[in-house]
Amino acid sequence: MSTPAHEALDRHATPWLFATALATTAPHFMHQPLWLSSVAGALLLWAVWLWWKDQRLPGRWILIPLVGAGSAGILLEFHTLFGRDAGVAMLVMFMTMKLLELKSRRDAMVVVTLGYFLLLTHYLYSQSIPTGIWLLAAMWLVTATLIRLHGGPSSRPRETLRYAGVLCLQAIPFMLVLFLLFPRISGPLWGLPSDAFTGKTGLSDTMTPGSIAQLVQNGDIAFRVRFDGPLPPRQKLYWRGPVMEQFDGTTWHLYKGRQPAAQLESLSPPIGYETTLEAHNQRWLLALDAPVALPAETYLNGTMTATRQNAINERIRLRLSASLDYRLNTSEDPTVLRRNLALPASGNPQTRALATQWRAGNPPEAVIAKALALFNAEFTYTLQPPLLGQHGIDDFLFRSKRGFCEHYAAAFVTLMRAAGIPARVVGGYQGGEFNPLDQYLVVRQSDAHAWAEVWLAGKGWVRIDPTAAVSPNRIETGIAGALGFGEPLPMLIQLRADWIRTLRYRWEAINNAWNQGVLGYDPQRQRELLARLGLSDTDWRSLAIALGSTCGLLVAGLMAWALYKQPERDPVVRLWHKALRHLARTKVDCAPWETPMELARRVREQRPELAEAFQRVVDAYLVARYGNTDQHLKILRDAIAQLR
Amino acid sequence: MGIVATLQQKLFRWHSDGTAPLRLGQRRVFIIPSRGGLLYALALIVMLIGAINYNLALGHALVFLLVGLGIVGMIHTFRNLHGLVITPGRSAPVFAGETAHFQITLDNDRPTPRLGLELEAESGHPVFATVNRKKSTKLNIPVSARKRGWLPLPRVRLSTRYPLGLFTAWAYLQPAMRCLVYPQPIAAPLPLASPTPVGGERTGDGGQEDFAGFRARQPADSPRHVAWKASARNANGPLLIKQFAGGAQVELMLDWQLTDAGLANETRIGILTGWVLAADAADAHYGLRLPGVDIPTGSGERHRQLCLEALALCQP
Repeated sequence: MSTPAHEALDRHATPWLFATALATTAPHFMHQPLWLSSVAGALLLWAVWLWWKDQRLPGRWILIPLVGAGSAGILLEFHTLFGRDAGVAMLVMFMTMKLLELKSRRDAMVVVTLGYFLLLTHYLYSQSIPTGIWLLAAMWLVTATLIRLHGGPSSRPRETLRYAGVLCLQAIPFMLVLFLLFPRISGPLWGLPSDAFTGKTGLSDTMTPGSIAQLVQNGDIAFRVRFDGPLPPRQKLYWRGPVMEQFDGTTWHLYKGRQPAAQLESLSPPIGYETTLEAHNQRWLLALDAPVALPAETYLNGTMTATRQNAINERIRLRLSASLDYRLNTSEDPTVLRRNLALPASGNPQTRALATQWRAGNPPEAVIAKALALFNAEFTYTLQPPLLGQHGIDDFLFRSKRGFCEHYAAAFVTLMRAAGIPARVVGGYQGGEFNPLDQYLVVRQSDAHAWAEVWLAGKGWVRIDPTAAVSPNRIETGIAGALGFGEPLPMLIQLRADWIRTLRYRWEAINNAWNQGVLGYDPQRQRELLARLGLSDTDWRSLAIALGSTCGLLVAGLMAWALYKQPERDPVVRLWHKALRHLARTKVDCAPWETPMELARRVREQRPELAEAFQRVVDAYLVARYGNTDQHLKILRDAIAQLR
Repeated sequence: MGIVATLQQKLFRWHSDGTAPLRLGQRRVFIIPSRGGLLYALALIVMLIGAINYNLALGHALVFLLVGLGIVGMIHTFRNLHGLVITPGRSAPVFAGETAHFQITLDNDRPTPRLGLELEAESGHPVFATVNRKKSTKLNIPVSARKRGWLPLPRVRLSTRYPLGLFTAWAYLQPAMRCLVYPQPIAAPLPLASPTPVGGERTGDGGQEDFAGFRARQPADSPRHVAWKASARNANGPLLIKQFAGGAQVELMLDWQLTDAGLANETRIGILTGWVLAADAADAHYGLRLPGVDIPTGSGERHRQLCLEALALCQP
């Protein structure tokens, strides 16, 4: 259909394609193996060099081995060619290699389409506001490239960019309508590749000395909470994660077997709240102690951890309520109690001896008080504890006396078990930071915490936080206030100057709005919005009608703008036509071919009473049209006014 | 005209309704996705599935923005043709076997340029055009002239993919334009000079092609007859004109009857055309006699055109 000359790519279009390739692949360099980025960069530079020197592009006998080598490298690196990371690596590789094969406009179209596709892949890694802005700019550039390709050499760069901007802006209304009305399907359509959710941080279901201290150095947000009522006191904000009942001497584990159901007795009115959990790839919800009302598909397990059926691998929003005073399992199953008294057969002899000494003749409450008093008197709260030896608890309790929450929780539980009091470690978060700008409580990974629970007859499981005994600040003001200067905390948490904090609050409030409103726009939000628009009880048919009619209206509006914009007319001609309309009203019709002079002559014959006024109009028109006076428009307008 | 053609004409008004200049309205412009557009659509479907599968809100937004861009691109491609004013121009006669050029003027009264226009009368020979803002462009559409006679401009396909290349918009133009195609000349020796000389004229005493020497060029002589090589040899002298014995002054009547009646009509016309050209080149006075046409002797450009026109339209 088209001749070779038609398809050939003109030389000056090529830099646009280089820019497209660079803009769409560059951000991937941040999370790709270095060798891959270097190869991609080298290929790009090679393509640019060949273009610069106006040399022939490499033939198939070079390109085919290159593609093979690239794919083999990716296969070796990722052990697959599919999945998120390998797939993205392949796309980047193809993009840069295609630049070595730019001969026709069809090749260029492939580059542009790949470019648009690559834009999407960035969202697999980040959906933040800066990513969104960067990609909007990249899309603008890719669109300009497309225009340059089809406009040929006559499309100049500035005009091309401007035109691309116009097109993108005109596309935005369609995007908004589709975004709001396009039926949303939630959840994956099929099993996601195994690497889909890697890189999600959060609590793990085991605890070793140092595991939480490491997490605390991460400033990422774990979840956000908005309370229906006022913010509860800070020292009550215990967000419950995994409960670890098994101890092997160094590591605490979750008990994986069957648990009897939790019996919860609420002692205070429940507090309602909404939580937005970031993906952490675990099943627990991090509900506030103690959860009393749970959303659908969520249940409380025997250790009172709110759990979902599937791991949470995307941001979710849930409504929950909690009772801050409660009683848990006052009549506990004896097997559970036995499990919570178990210690490894040997190890930590000093600890056991101390506990045995405490137990003699004392009630459990006294033993607990002794332990807390011990921590309070001699221990230091730090993120940088010294290394512990084979008898970790002994080393900690009797020698280093420096540690972080997991050390205190582990040591406390060991002491209690040795003293015959059922006890267990609870992992989760404590506290959070209240953002006054959007009224959200932000809980970060740096708020990760571990505490203990002991079972007392008649009271059930009671929370004891040994860290509070060492450093009350940790519970009352948060991690930044509790640690001394020089502790390795994330920058964001350390900066305590007011204006920086205000800036941070603002940025986080914007981010939260973005997360809630844009990223969290799910089928449920869509239903809510449609209900507010009066489209309650929507099915796909009414959605389709709404979508179709709105898009149709948009197209019609755009068509009207694009096609029927009146060409701007000379004001003189416009005024002349106005005069002609006046004449028509007085029954003197003007034929299209009639000259003004001729018309004036006819008016003199047919309407002598108008002749003089019209002659003035004709004179003014001729001067305005063909003469050169400053006042011509005004004179003509005046002359026409007198025609009435 | 077959039923299909009639229907097409009724529905789409492919043929000119006789008004010139022609302004492209929406009934004349058609639009379908191009191959690049199909690739784009396919990419968008895959992207949408990816965005759903990985639950990417911004992925949805990007796909929807690109859908919007596609729709906007469609309208703009349509707009690139819509309202374009096409004015037919003239076309110079050509000989059969050559390429006729039909001049067409495209007018753009919009404040935005129209780029990437492609006009094609014969498949495989497109002409590319751009019309700047509020400007007009003249261009020549090539059509190969195969047969003598009037060559009407075939249906011209005016198409564009600008700006995004995702859609092809096109319109069929058929302005009432025609180009005269002279017969293809066949080289043959000129017939003998007319045996009936016009009074006062001396008949030549040799063949028309007999070279008789040079003479100095006079202002009346056609520059075509200057013997450039010979003139160059004596650079200081006047330009020289080749003289043929009797040729210049001879009266030739190029008569249909002089050609071999056994030959095909078209061949005979070709031979006559060759004679006209040869006679003109030799600056002879010549006339042309065809069945039903009788052109008295004469010479010069206008006369030549008259003879060639008669040959082009001759119906023996």
